[in-house]
Amino acid sequence: MTRHLLWLLLASTTISLVGCGADPEAATGDAERFITLGSTTSTRDSGLLDHLDPLFEADTGISVRVIAAGTGRALEMGRRGDVDVLLVHHRPSEDAFVAAGDAPYRRDVMYNDFVIVGPPDDPAGVRGAATATAALEAIADTDALFLSRGDDSGTHKAELALWAAAGRSAGERGDGYRESGSGMGATLNTASELGAYTLTDRGTWLSFRNRGHLELLLEGDPPLRNPYGVLPISPTKHPHVKFADAEAYVDWLVSPTGQAAIAAFRVGGEPLFFANAAQAKPAAAD
Amino acid sequence: MSGPEPASVRGDALLPLRFDGVGLRRGRATLLDGLTFRLDAGPITAILGPNGAGKTTVLRLAHGLIAPTSGRIEWRGGAVRARRQSALLFQHPVLLRRSASANVRYALALHGVPRTVRAERAQAALAAMGLEAFAGRPARELSGGEQQRLALARARSLRPTVLFLDEPAAALDPAAMRELETAILRLRDEGTKVVFTTHDLDQARRMADEVLLLHRGHLVERSAAAAFFSGPRTDEGRRFLERTLHS
Amino acid sequence: MGILEGFQTALGLIAAGDRELLGVVALSLRVTGTALVGSALVGLPLGAAMGVFRFPGRRLVVTLVNALMGLPPVVVGLAVYLLLSREGPFATLGLLFTPEAMMVAQTALILPIVVALTTQTVEDLWGEYGDQLRSLGATRVRALPTLLFEGRAAVVTVLLAGLGRALAEVGAVQIVGGNIRGITRTMTTTIALETSRGDLALAMGLGLVLMGLAVVINGGAELLRGRAALVRT
Repeated sequence: MTRHLLWLLLASTTISLVGCGADPEAATGDAERFITLGSTTSTRDSGLLDHLDPLFEADTGISVRVIAAGTGRALEMGRRGDVDVLLVHHRPSEDAFVAAGDAPYRRDVMYNDFVIVGPPDDPAGVRGAATATAALEAIADTDALFLSRGDDSGTHKAELALWAAAGRSAGERGDGYRESGSGMGATLNTASELGAYTLTDRGTWLSFRNRGHLELLLEGDPPLRNPYGVLPISPTKHPHVKFADAEAYVDWLVSPTGQAAIAAFRVGGEPLFFANAAQAKPAAAD
Repeated sequence: MSGPEPASVRGDALLPLRFDGVGLRRGRATLLDGLTFRLDAGPITAILGPNGAGKTTVLRLAHGLIAPTSGRIEWRGGAVRARRQSALLFQHPVLLRRSASANVRYALALHGVPRTVRAERAQAALAAMGLEAFAGRPARELSGGEQQRLALARARSLRPTVLFLDEPAAALDPAAMRELETAILRLRDEGTKVVFTTHDLDQARRMADEVLLLHRGHLVERSAAAAFFSGPRTDEGRRFLERTLHS
Repeated sequence: MGILEGFQTALGLIAAGDRELLGVVALSLRVTGTALVGSALVGLPLGAAMGVFRFPGRRLVVTLVNALMGLPPVVVGLAVYLLLSREGPFATLGLLFTPEAMMVAQTALILPIVVALTTQTVEDLWGEYGDQLRSLGATRVRALPTLLFEGRAAVVTVLLAGLGRALAEVGAVQIVGGNIRGITRTMTTTIALETSRGDLALAMGLGLVLMGLAVVINGGAELLRGRAALVRT
C-alpha cells in the first residue's frame, strides 16, 4: 500500500526534478553577482533593458534582474527596499522619493516621448491638431473614445498632466473617456479593439505587434517628452541593498559608454531614447 | 501451527462475558434497558428478536465498539473491552479495495502479527474458507457469498475467542448461506465462541445451541435452543415463533 | 500571424531547443511540481485527520478551508509578497523574487484544495469503513493512511485539481516572482507578457503548449489510476 503512495509522490517529485534538471538557472544559485532593478512595464516592453543590461554586465560582471511594474508599484517596491535601484519616468514622483529619503539622489538618464494613437478615421481630428492639449480637447468635445491607462503609471501621470494643461478635470473629458487599469500593451490591445484613442510611449508603440486598427496620429509636441530618472535606493533606510553595485549601474548609465549604448538602441531602424545625462552628480539629499 | 493457543483454551481465560444491568440511551430514546446475562464458552448463542429489538446493538456493545450508558460489561478477569480477542462480522461485508489476501493481511497487521508470518496465516485462513483461489483477486470482485466468507476468513485469521456475527446470511442466496453456516459450525467445533443475531427462525433452528430473545430493548427469554423451539416459556417467545411478534 | 502559426512557432522554438523557452517550461514544472509535493505532504494527512476526527469548531474550520479554495491567486500572491518583502516579517529569508517564493505562493494556493477535498473524501470513507476498521482494532490515527490509500483514486484527482490550478495561474507567481527574465519567468507569466506586447499569436501558441503539458500530465495520472484500481498487492 505504501508502495503506491510512494509511486504518486515519486511521480510528482519527478515532475519538479525534471524541471530542475532542465532549468538552466536552477544550478546557478547565489554565486552570481546581481542587482535588482525596479522599472516600468513600458521601459521593459521597449526592449531597451534587454539591450543595455548585457552590455553593463559585460563591463562590470554584475547582472541585472528586472522587475517591471507600473510606475506607482515600482516606486512602492523602492520604498520597501525590495529592489536596489529604480529606473522610472515621472519627475514629480522621483523628486518626492528623494525628498523622503528613499533615495540619496536621482540622475537624468534619457528621455523618450509619448505619441497619441487612435482609429484611422480619426473622428476628433487629432491628426491635424497643433498641440497635444488641443488634440485632447478635441477628443473630449467630440465624446470620442479615449482609453486611459488609469493605473498610476508614468504614462498615466503624463496623460493627466496633459489633461490638466487643457483645463479638463475628471468629469470633463467627454463621454468616451475610459480607464483600462492595465499596462501599456494591454491598453493598446483594448484600444485597438474599441477603436479608441490612447496615449502611449513611442517605444511600446514601435515594438507592439497587434496594432490592428490603430495609427500614430500625433507626435513631437514638447509636452510629450518623457524624461527618465535613475535612483539608487537609500542604504541608510535599507542597509541590505546592494548600494555599491547599484551606484555602479547608475554611473554606467550616465557614463559616455552607457549614454552611447542608449543612443544606439533602435527599434525598426529608429532611435527610441535620447540620452541626456548631466555629468555632475547632484548633492545627496541626506 | 505456531502462535497463540487454540480458542477454547483462551476462551476459559476470557469467558464468561457478563452483561450486568446494561442499558443504552441515545438522546431521549432507550435502545436497551436492564440487560443481564452471561455468555459462556462452548454453545452457539443466537440473539433473536424482531427488527429494532436491539440485537445489533448488543453485539456492538459486547465487541466494545460502543460503551453502555448504564450497567457494566465485563469479561472474565475484569476487562471491560477485549476487542483484540473478539471479532465482529457485519451484515454487509466491508472489504478494502485490495486483493482478498491483502484484506486478511491488513487485519493481521492491525493485530501486530509480524510481516513475515502474515502471508502464511492469510493463506491458511483463505484456504480454510475455500477461498485460496481468490487470494490475488480484488476483494470487491468476489460475489456476495464469497465476500462474506472472506470477511469470515479475515475474522478467523485473528484467532478470536469470540466471534460475533450480525445477521450473517441475510444478504446471501441459499447456497451461499449454507456454505457460511457450515463454516460457522466448524468454528464452534474448533472452540470459538459464536454469537450471532438473526431474524430468520429457520437459521436459528439450524445453528443455535442457546437462544436469547430480545424485544424492544429488553431480554425477555433465555433458554437452550431445543427447549425454546419446542415450548417457549414467555408470551413473547410464543408470538415470536408464530411470527406475530412485532417490533 | 494566425493562432496556428503561433502554435507552430512555439512548438518550433521548443523543438529547436530554444534555451529561454525551455527554461521557462522547466521553471513552471519545477515551481508547480514542488508546490504540489509540499501541499500533498502537508495537506493529505491534515485533510484525512480533519475527515476522521471530531473537534470543537470543526465545521467552522471546514467552512474556512472550503472558502480558501476560492481565493484569487493574485490575492495569495499579494499576501505572500507582503510577508516576504523587506518590510515584512520574513524578510530575512531573502526569498522575494526567487523561484522559492513562487513555490511558497503556489503551495498556499494548492493547500486549501488538497485539504478541503481530502477532508470530504476521507469523511465519506470513514462513514463507510469506520465501524469495520474500528471493529478490527484500528484507532482513528491508524485508519488515516488506510483511508487515504482506499480513496487513492479520489486523492489522485484532488492532486490533479491542485496541479491544474497552480499550473494555470499567473497572478501569484507574477507578484512574488517579478517575472524576471531567466530567473522567475514561467509559462503563464510569459504568456501574459507576450499578450501585453501584442504578440497574441505567440502567447496563444505558448498557451496551447501549456495545455498540451497539462494533457500529458493528466494522461499519466489516468494511467496510474487505472492501475491503482486493480491493485494486486
